[in-house]
Amino acid sequence: MEILIFSVVALMAVVGSVLVITSRSPVNSALSLIATMVSLAILFLLLNAPFLATIQIIVYAGAIMVLFLFVVMLLNLSKDEFGPERRRAQRFFAILFSFLLLIGITTVLSVGTFGSKSVESSSDTVVPAGVEPLARLLFTKYLFPFELASVLLLVAIVGAIVMAKRRL
Amino acid sequence: MVSSSAYLMLSAVIFVIGVLGVLVRRNILVMFMSIELMLNAVNLAFVALSRQLGNLDGQVVVFLVMAVAAAEAAVGLAIIICIFRRKKSVNVDDFNLMKW
Amino acid sequence: MNYVFLVPLFPLLGFLINGLLALSLKGRSDEKIPGKNLVSWIGCSSVGLSFLTSVIIFFKLLALPAGERVVQKIAFPWILSGSFHIDIGFLLDPLSSIMILVVTGVGFFIHVYSTGYMAKDKGYARYFSYLNLFTFFMLMLVLSNNFLLLYLGWEGVGLCSYLLIGFWYEKKTASDAGKKAFIVNRIGDFGFALGVMLIFWTFGSLNFTNVFENAPQVLAMGGGLVTAMTLLLFMGATGKSAQIPLYVWLPDAMEGPTPVSALIHAATMVTAGVYMVARCHALFLLAPFTMGVVAVIGAATAIYAASIGLVQNDIKKVLAYSTISQLGYMFLACGVGAFSAGIFHLMTHAFFKALLFLAAGSVMHALAGELNMQKMGGLKKHTPITFWCFLAATLAISGIPLFSGFFSKDEILWKAFSSPHGHFLLWMVGVITAGLTAFYMFRLFFMIFLGKSRMDPQVESHAHESPKPMTIPLVVLAVLSVIGGYVGIPQSLGGSNRFEGFLSSVFESGHVAAEEVTAHAPSAEYLVMIISIGVILVSIFMAYRFYLKNPGIPKRLAEKYKTAYGILYHKYYVDEIYDKTIVTPLLNLALFLWKSFDVLIIDGTANGVASLAGWASRVIRKTETGYLRNYALSLIFGATLILVYFIFR
Repeated sequence: MEILIFSVVALMAVVGSVLVITSRSPVNSALSLIATMVSLAILFLLLNAPFLATIQIIVYAGAIMVLFLFVVMLLNLSKDEFGPERRRAQRFFAILFSFLLLIGITTVLSVGTFGSKSVESSSDTVVPAGVEPLARLLFTKYLFPFELASVLLLVAIVGAIVMAKRRL
Repeated sequence: MVSSSAYLMLSAVIFVIGVLGVLVRRNILVMFMSIELMLNAVNLAFVALSRQLGNLDGQVVVFLVMAVAAAEAAVGLAIIICIFRRKKSVNVDDFNLMKW
Repeated sequence: MNYVFLVPLFPLLGFLINGLLALSLKGRSDEKIPGKNLVSWIGCSSVGLSFLTSVIIFFKLLALPAGERVVQKIAFPWILSGSFHIDIGFLLDPLSSIMILVVTGVGFFIHVYSTGYMAKDKGYARYFSYLNLFTFFMLMLVLSNNFLLLYLGWEGVGLCSYLLIGFWYEKKTASDAGKKAFIVNRIGDFGFALGVMLIFWTFGSLNFTNVFENAPQVLAMGGGLVTAMTLLLFMGATGKSAQIPLYVWLPDAMEGPTPVSALIHAATMVTAGVYMVARCHALFLLAPFTMGVVAVIGAATAIYAASIGLVQNDIKKVLAYSTISQLGYMFLACGVGAFSAGIFHLMTHAFFKALLFLAAGSVMHALAGELNMQKMGGLKKHTPITFWCFLAATLAISGIPLFSGFFSKDEILWKAFSSPHGHFLLWMVGVITAGLTAFYMFRLFFMIFLGKSRMDPQVESHAHESPKPMTIPLVVLAVLSVIGGYVGIPQSLGGSNRFEGFLSSVFESGHVAAEEVTAHAPSAEYLVMIISIGVILVSIFMAYRFYLKNPGIPKRLAEKYKTAYGILYHKYYVDEIYDKTIVTPLLNLALFLWKSFDVLIIDGTANGVASLAGWASRVIRKTETGYLRNYALSLIFGATLILVYFIFR
């Protein structure tokens, strides 16, 4: 059952990402990205991270992508791309290196061993799920990064406003 | 249950697709979206490994990554808007003042 | 004796002080040269003090018993490099003490003379500084106790010769002559340096005592090694002492001021070669072949130069060829093993040749720079002092009995005849040359001072005797030219030849007897003497007829034997031959090498490196495209590489 869901959702994610990079219109790309993010959220659920799944939908799909769409609307772009690709070598090498990268990563992943735990161990009892364990970790072990992240967000807000405004 | 390596493989595929997007598309907004795609792929890898290793550190990292991604998206888009005001174009190839 | 280092030190100080004065006075071309007095005092007194010190040293040396008259004083070590050890050391023995007496004594008088002669020259301070520097180097040369220091002095006097010949450097002929002297000398010096290196390679040391005492053991008599060594050393001597084939610079060197010609090219520098051969007699005696070469070249040069001097019209050129000829005599003496006779002639020659040059300078002073004999005559009444001094010198150089030149030249001729290394032919050449010498010297004398005046009337009206600073040295040297020979009166005439006795301790050192006494009857010596006197008197009579009684004879002879006269007059065309065969090809080679090698390869490499850098940067900067995607691509490329590396680790 799980495998079925996994394969369907994974397929959705891959199709979505391919659509992101191949759509002519930026709006289509954005919508495909949203679809990919939703499938990733489902995968998070499958991986026993309900909180993250929720956050993914709310923050990523809900806020960031909406921001993207706003900007696309602001820039008022047309559907077409701009002239033929003049840098053919770029495209060729891009595909080549991406392919090599894929092979490299998969090799590493298949060859490497991650941790001592075997895959088949029962995960439910070992991995606590839910908000509370996550929050506990966040406010004790990772308190410092948490605070930094909040400062970062503040800086980003101020920066974005300062840069994007027309006149003070 | 599905093995972690499947999730990791999926993550790799999505990552590479994102890389392709960055390298091939000329529209800066689409490039940016591909970067977000890459970040998402990495998030997936983190969560998968956190499940495999049995602790929640991976999930905390994902949480923080999302926060950073949000900040980065905001600032990046603001920059794009500034550039667009100047150059009236979103073709990455037009942003070449650093050319020799 | 501890103060021997003062002897070269005084002139060195004089050079430094005068040199600084010359630099500070440079560019001031007014008539009254400021500081002239100071320069004169410093220049002359430095050499004068050297002379006094030399005299004191000489008497101290004399006080030592005959066998022990060798003193080595080391000032300080100069080079210490592994087993190569050279000191600034001074070797005091009869030979070097005589040399320093001659150099400083004659040098002192020439310095005094120069204060009068160069009085109006704007390079006055520079002149004296060069002259002092020369004296310093010459003294280092004769006082040194090792080959390297001798070579230092050798090169140094060559340098000063160049500086002084080209003293009036604005005149092209003068600067050309200076260059010629230096370059020709260099060729000889090259041989000399090779000889020194060979000596070091053989003996492991360059110290005279080490080399000469070990020479008979280390070197085989007449062997190839010692012959090569001595031939190379002699090559240096032919350059420095103007023998065939490297004499060509000396006639041109007359471009320099006349006192310079007197000091350097008559009395001292050109005698450095003779001194060197005498100093290295231990080596030369082990190489009979080289001795033969030395004697033959000496004799050949003597007669060759005398023949050229017969027909020259420039007084300084006649004296220059005469110098070359007399140097030939000195080498003839050394070549037949009569080293002390050679040094004796060196001393007497210094007196009368310096006197001749200074007197010529006095004549030029009187006649406002005229050099051509054909425009002189009857000068006696205008310059009486110069006249008598010149006469004394001419009698001396011709070898008239009772004058110094007679004793020294006769000693050489006798030894050429009688010595086991000598030969009848060598003696014959010597006698003929003596005749030629007498002829051209008296020709010179008659044409300048006696007979009808051929002077330009303008010039004649201003003819006057030279000032005291110039005439006093003339008189002193004239006295020396007369009495200077009395220290060497040979035993056959009743004297005790104290000169030879004094030097015998030098030349009998080592295990090779330098002057073997062969059993010749005393009557042979008298016969030789009488023959040479006879030849000389005949030559003088002929000169008298040609140039006083019947001045038309030379012209008729010149017409009759036009080719012979032309060859002699043009110095056997040697300069032209050298130019065509050696100088021009070398010059062309240098030009070719410059154009092809220097410009093409070396400049090409230097420029090539620069253009390579430029090309490389032109290529590499193409990566700075400014396109974001290219940069992203290179990022991914790098990441892939790192990944691959880790996979394969």
